[in-house]
Order: sequence, then C-alpha cells, then structure tokens
Amino acid sequence: MKAPRRLGGRPWLAVLLAWCLAPLLWQAVTSVKPDAEITALPARYWPGQLTFGHYEALFVRRPFAHYLWNSFFISSCATVLCLAVSAPAAYSLARLKPKGGQGMLALLIAISFFPALTFFFPLYELVRAAGLLNNPISLIVPYATFNLPLGVLFLRAYFRTIPAEVEEAGLMDGLSRMQVMTRLVLPLAAPGLATTAILVFIASWNEFLFALTFMPRDEARTVTVGIAGLSGGSLFELPWGLIGAAIVISVAPLLVLVAFFQRRIVEGLTQGATVD
Amino acid sequence: MKRSSRAAWWLLSPMLAMVAVFAVYPVGRMLVLSLFAQNLETNLLPVFSGFDNFLRVAGDGHFWQTVSRTLLFAGLAVGSELALGLASALAIHHSAVGRGLARTVALVPWVLPTSALALAWIWIFNDQFGVFNDLLQRLGVLREPFPWLGRPRAAFFALVMADVWKTTPFMMLLLLAGLQTIPAQLYEAAAIDGGSRWQRFRSITLPLLRPTIFVAVVFRALQSFGIFDLVYVMTGGGPGGATETVALYTYRNFMRYLDFGYGAALLVTGSVLLMVLTGAIWLALGREGRPA
Repeated sequence: MKAPRRLGGRPWLAVLLAWCLAPLLWQAVTSVKPDAEITALPARYWPGQLTFGHYEALFVRRPFAHYLWNSFFISSCATVLCLAVSAPAAYSLARLKPKGGQGMLALLIAISFFPALTFFFPLYELVRAAGLLNNPISLIVPYATFNLPLGVLFLRAYFRTIPAEVEEAGLMDGLSRMQVMTRLVLPLAAPGLATTAILVFIASWNEFLFALTFMPRDEARTVTVGIAGLSGGSLFELPWGLIGAAIVISVAPLLVLVAFFQRRIVEGLTQGATVD
Repeated sequence: MKRSSRAAWWLLSPMLAMVAVFAVYPVGRMLVLSLFAQNLETNLLPVFSGFDNFLRVAGDGHFWQTVSRTLLFAGLAVGSELALGLASALAIHHSAVGRGLARTVALVPWVLPTSALALAWIWIFNDQFGVFNDLLQRLGVLREPFPWLGRPRAAFFALVMADVWKTTPFMMLLLLAGLQTIPAQLYEAAAIDGGSRWQRFRSITLPLLRPTIFVAVVFRALQSFGIFDLVYVMTGGGPGGATETVALYTYRNFMRYLDFGYGAALLVTGSVLLMVLTGAIWLALGREGRPA
C-alpha cells in the first residue's frame, strides 16, 4: 500500500513545480537575453548569449533603485508600526478581556473583508489636504492600519498559547501588567511576532492601489507601481528584457523570505482558515 | 479589576484610534459622499443630491455589465482554484515525499506582487513573441500566433488564467492544512468497514473539510470580486472595455472622470453586492448541521 502511494506523489510534485515556477523562469530567461534573441522566432528557451545589460539599464536609466528603496523603507516602517500597535491590543484582548472585546474582533474582521478600494478615496482626500502626496507616511500609516486585523487576530491567538502561570508568577513577583507583557510575554511570543512581521511586510511590499494613487511622482513610487510604468507608453513595443529584469529583482526579496520562512508563512496564512 | 480593565483599554487605544481614523471614517465618508453630486459640473464642490447617484447607478447599464463580468470572473476563477486546489491538496496529503518542497514552492505565486506578475503574463501572452503561442504552436494546437490580449473573450480568459495560476497553490495550502486536522483514525475505521475510496472521500473528507472550504471560498470570492491590480496592469480593462471590472470602473469614476459623488455611490453599491455575495456563499457552504 505504502510504496505506490509514495511514487504517486511525484508526478504531482513535478506538475506543481512547473506550474509555480515556469512563468517566473521565463522572465529570468528573457531578462538575460540580448534584444535580438528576445524577439527570435520560434522562441528560444535557453539564452544563446548572456547579457546583464537589462539589469544595468534598470538602475542606470530608470529610477529603479528609488523604487526598491521606497518599497523597502515603507514596508519596513509599516511592519514596525503595525506590530507596535497590534501587539498591545492583541495582548489586551487575549488576557485582560475587556468588555466589548468581542465587538472589537468583529470590527477587525469586518474591515478585512472589504477591498482597499473601499478606503482609498477618503484617505486620498486626507493625504492631499495634509500635503502628504509623495510622502512615505501616506502609505506607511494605511498599510499598518489595514494589516491590523491580521496582526491582532494572529497575535491574540498566539498569546493565548502562552501558559497563564508564567504571567501569574510574574505578577506574584511584583511586576506590573505592562512589565509582564513587555518582559515575559513578548519575548515568549517572538516567533508569533516574526510571523506577523513577515506577513505584514509581504502585504505592504505588494500593495498597489494606494501606492498608485498616493505617490504620483516617479521617484516616490514603490516597486509595484514603478514596474508597471516601465513600459514607457506603448503597449506594443514594451522593453521586455528590462521588464523581465525588473520582475526578477522585485520578486527576489520575497523569494528569499519564502525560502527561509516557509513554515511560518504557511502557518500564518492557514491559521485563520483552520482554527475557530 | 477596575484597574486591569483600564489597562486593557489603554493597550487597545492606539489600535482603536488608527481603525477609527483610517478605516471607519472612510466608510462613513463614502456613505455621505454618495448623497452628493461632486464632479466637474459642480466645479468639484459638493452639492446635496439625495439618492440621485443611486438612481443613476440603477440605470447604469455599463456598471451592471461590469458586475456580471466580475461575478463571472470570480465564479470561474474561484471554481477552478477550488477544484484544482482540492485535487492537488489530496495528492500531496497522501504523498509521503516532497511535502515540504511542495509547500515552499506553492507559496511562490501567492507572495509575489500581482503587478509584476501581470507584466509577466502580458509577455507570456504576447501576440508575436509570446511563449504561450509558441507552446501551442509546437503542440500543434494553433497554426499561427493568436493575439490573446487583443480579443475580448481571450483577454478575459487570460485574466482568469493568471488569477488561477496565482491562487490555486494558495488554495491548496489552505485545504492541505484543513486535511491535516482530520484524524487518521476515521479513515482507518472506514477502511475496516470496507468503504471505497470515493465513499471515504464523500463521507469523511468532504464534510470535515467543509469549514475550511467555506473560509477559503469566501476569502477568495471577496478578493476576486474586488480585483483591481491584475486587471489594471494586464489589460487596463481592455480591449474596448471587455475586461473592465467593478473595481476598475469605480476607480476610474474617482480618478479619471473626477465624479466623486457617483464613484462613492458605485462603491457603496459594490460593497452591498459584496455582502450579498458573502451571504449567498454562507447559505451554500457555511451552514452548520447539514447532513454529511
């Protein structure tokens, strides 16, 4: 019984690998081909000649380094802000259980149901009125906000797995609630905080609608919007080598995260679907 | 007791403030704005207009076209994702090797930025040099290259395919996590009773997986009903408006036609439709106590 099952898993694995990676590999292949080969017919699946000219052009002739830095800075700040706000809230909901806590959870879940489009225009009005167009703040704060449901729900579940005796012992030793939280609970919850941070970072890095609307100046753009603007106008003669290179670079940080934190990301993504 | 409840609210207050200003206020603002005319005709100044915007929405054939198109998109995409995701989750669940690798690889499409992937698909579906045409020609399916993104139906199909590509592995991961919560003893007991594989699937796997399927389908249906970035980058709603979705049309009313009041009414209408959709899925999949 066992042996055929084992073999049975492999063709699936091959299909899955091809499914998930082929479109990306094609971009990688395109990105290192000289232009003449990119438009060769029939298509060449292996580059005859290697060139890194497209990568060079991306940084020399386009503000791609700006895009990368903006994305990195904005996503990092949003992650820190989101954790700083959601950790105490999650702790409060998990342990101190204030009246109305359930309502708060319901509100957070309701917010996460609606697409970003629901919120973008009023925030756009606020951003404009405050003169914050093209300012990273105008993305950092919304990104942190719209990841609060994820942060609070995930961390609340995580805090509840920490034995209450740990905290009671701390209180007996004369620590205040705040000290219990910051000195005992947060260090124990480090894995949960890390998972949340990774998920918030990824969501912020990938966000498109707010970034498109709040950052009209080219140098202020993030990768997701900047990359879409690389076409330079014409839909029919897009610089495919350049775009391939841009795709490879913009997905690279996320691939690194996946490679190192696969388990945590899966845990974070699937928790909501299987618990409760 | 009192002190600890005060502490509880202090700890919650930053979150409450952020949610109030950046999530609750916008919803209220949209509801109010939907009752005003604020567009180029009013010099972008708000003029109270009651339910006029909603009457206009009701008669806006173009909008309802985008609604049915978006529903079709969501139905096709989520349906295919569920079928493919379930099949691959079962295959991987029963396979002893390669689960870790499968999980890592399955994350890749999901975590990558949609706008970058949309560009990748434009290149893959390119009419002259696209690899999709090349493969189909090599397989003998096509005799000459086809302009996938240049024809209304084909462009719609290409969008569905791009979305299914990105989210099927994610669906698989969710369902795989759900499968792992089903106790193996149940299957052992059923094996002793001598049920067939299909019977075991029908009477054990499917009922116990139903809550997971429900959550996954709701989540994905909401997401695909609100789809924006994939369409914005990959087709821009074209050719000739053939792939314009609700979100894209609503966004354009705000940012291109500067018809803010009407955009708000479209948004409110879209949100109501979203809630109706969620309710419908709940009726179909989410109710407890249905016979297994």
